[in-house]
Amino acid sequence: MSAVLETRALVKQFGGITATDRISFSLERGARHALIGPNGAGKTTFVNLLTGVLRPTSGVVMLGGADITTLSREARVRLGLVRTFQINQLFATMTPLEMIAAVTSERLGLGASSFSRLDASATLVTETADILARFRLDDIMDETIATLPYGKQRQIEIAAAFAAKPSVLLLDEPAAGVPEAERRELLDTVAALPADVSVLLIEHDMDIVFRFATRITVLVNGQVLADGAPDAIARDPAVRTAYLGEAAHG
Amino acid sequence: MSAPDLAASGLAGHVRASLMLSRRWHTAEALFWVGAIAAAFLFPRQLLLMNEIAILALFALSLDLILGYAGIVSLGHAAFLGMGAYSAGLVALHIASDPLLGLFVGMAASGLLGLVTSPLVLKGNDLTRLMVTLGVGLLMLELANALSFITGGADGLQGIMMGKLFGHFEFDLFGRTAYAYSLGVLFVLFVLARRIVHSPFGLSLRAIRDNPLRATASGVPRNWRLAAVYTLSAAYAGAAGALLAQTTQFVSLDVLDFHRSADVMLVLIIGGAGYLYGGLIGSIAFKFLQDFISGFTPQYWQFWIGLFLVLFVLGGREMIHGGIKAVLARLRALKPGKRP
Repeated sequence: MSAVLETRALVKQFGGITATDRISFSLERGARHALIGPNGAGKTTFVNLLTGVLRPTSGVVMLGGADITTLSREARVRLGLVRTFQINQLFATMTPLEMIAAVTSERLGLGASSFSRLDASATLVTETADILARFRLDDIMDETIATLPYGKQRQIEIAAAFAAKPSVLLLDEPAAGVPEAERRELLDTVAALPADVSVLLIEHDMDIVFRFATRITVLVNGQVLADGAPDAIARDPAVRTAYLGEAAHG
Repeated sequence: MSAPDLAASGLAGHVRASLMLSRRWHTAEALFWVGAIAAAFLFPRQLLLMNEIAILALFALSLDLILGYAGIVSLGHAAFLGMGAYSAGLVALHIASDPLLGLFVGMAASGLLGLVTSPLVLKGNDLTRLMVTLGVGLLMLELANALSFITGGADGLQGIMMGKLFGHFEFDLFGRTAYAYSLGVLFVLFVLARRIVHSPFGLSLRAIRDNPLRATASGVPRNWRLAAVYTLSAAYAGAAGALLAQTTQFVSLDVLDFHRSADVMLVLIIGGAGYLYGGLIGSIAFKFLQDFISGFTPQYWQFWIGLFLVLFVLGGREMIHGGIKAVLARLRALKPGKRP
């Protein structure tokens, strides 16, 4: 068994409404896994349960074999469970260099040190430089993030998550809102993520899902409707009627 | 193989230089402090006013730490000024007249009050923070009023006699020792603050200020960091309060009054938050404005301050701060870059 992230019978109820209904899910080590489902299927609730924004009504979340159900958001990040956001969440007044350095310094456990110098940590400097180079941000690293084009900001969103050294990376609609011209570079970035990072992609865009994922889980009405290889999912009649609809025929 | 390595090491060099650049002392900063010392010799009759400015500057620096660097708004910062003032005053009255002891106790007492009240500002938005801090400020004022057997109530703490600074320098009528003492404390605490805001901790505060959601998603323990800087800021305000009590040798309920909290906010808005010098420049502008206006209209000076505030916030601020930034950018461009 090589599941790095796993949920068992995960239930979340809001009042009388069951948003996620006994979801048992597993993300394999090094996976390129997509989570799809129509609006209101419970994807957002599920991600919030994984990352610790919400606590489940019942059920368990496991990361690397350890129970993390009750851990705080930042504790999960420190264990390597990192996410990006559907809407950019950036340190807008910083430069990309500063933002990557801020995330890296936190990951290195330097964040509480109030008397040391940022440039004194050689590890912080080299890791920040590595990430700026890997995500091709070095040409804009000294500009203020708020002034950068949307596509670049989207790259920074992913780069910042990567700077937290995830073992599991949750990408929440990474290409959402990115203009066609900048889309390719962004998808290349996603495709170029190292193999040892397990990726869970939450996505609406079927082109991206089928291009990127080697495994797909379909959520409908808070339940797992189907789970398997992309071609099996594409052929699954239940998925076609419940979700893909005319898109599958189109 | 060597080409990307070379590029990477050049990049690392640039990253290191960029991280260093923000904390490097600028010539204009040195000039500022030299000017503050020179002022004592140039205007020997204005030392008492300059002492007030230095204390207000320290108070505003304290607010800048939470407002400019962590995004915590406060309308009750006088609570910490008052705590420091009363603590230092009580130390001088009942324990020992050594100024540095009183300063230390004042900072510790205010820091403790900051730590204890910090959970109140962790939650909620700007409006709830404004209300909560305002409430704490009012509580402290009424508490000091009610506990008159300790604070002297409406009469204040009277008969404070300060000992010599370092056992040598007596507090004189002209404010020579007072200004040197206040400026010295301001400088030391400023250098400390400067070091802290440019540390990894300071960067994590800016991260929280910019985007709490992303900060948490990057592993930053938001509540701990905010509580830490709130405590630090309270201790700084306590130092300002202690200086006020010691150099005026008097503490009254006025140190806890709402206008103290409002004034210091005004000072920081005039000077600009988030670059440490805002409180210092703002306090100079504010005191001179106050001095100048009350010179020709002693009763109605608040009218003019009010008018100034409205105009300033509506449009003048961008102009003035934009101007300062443009000048700084020019100065920076004049220096030969240190890019590798």
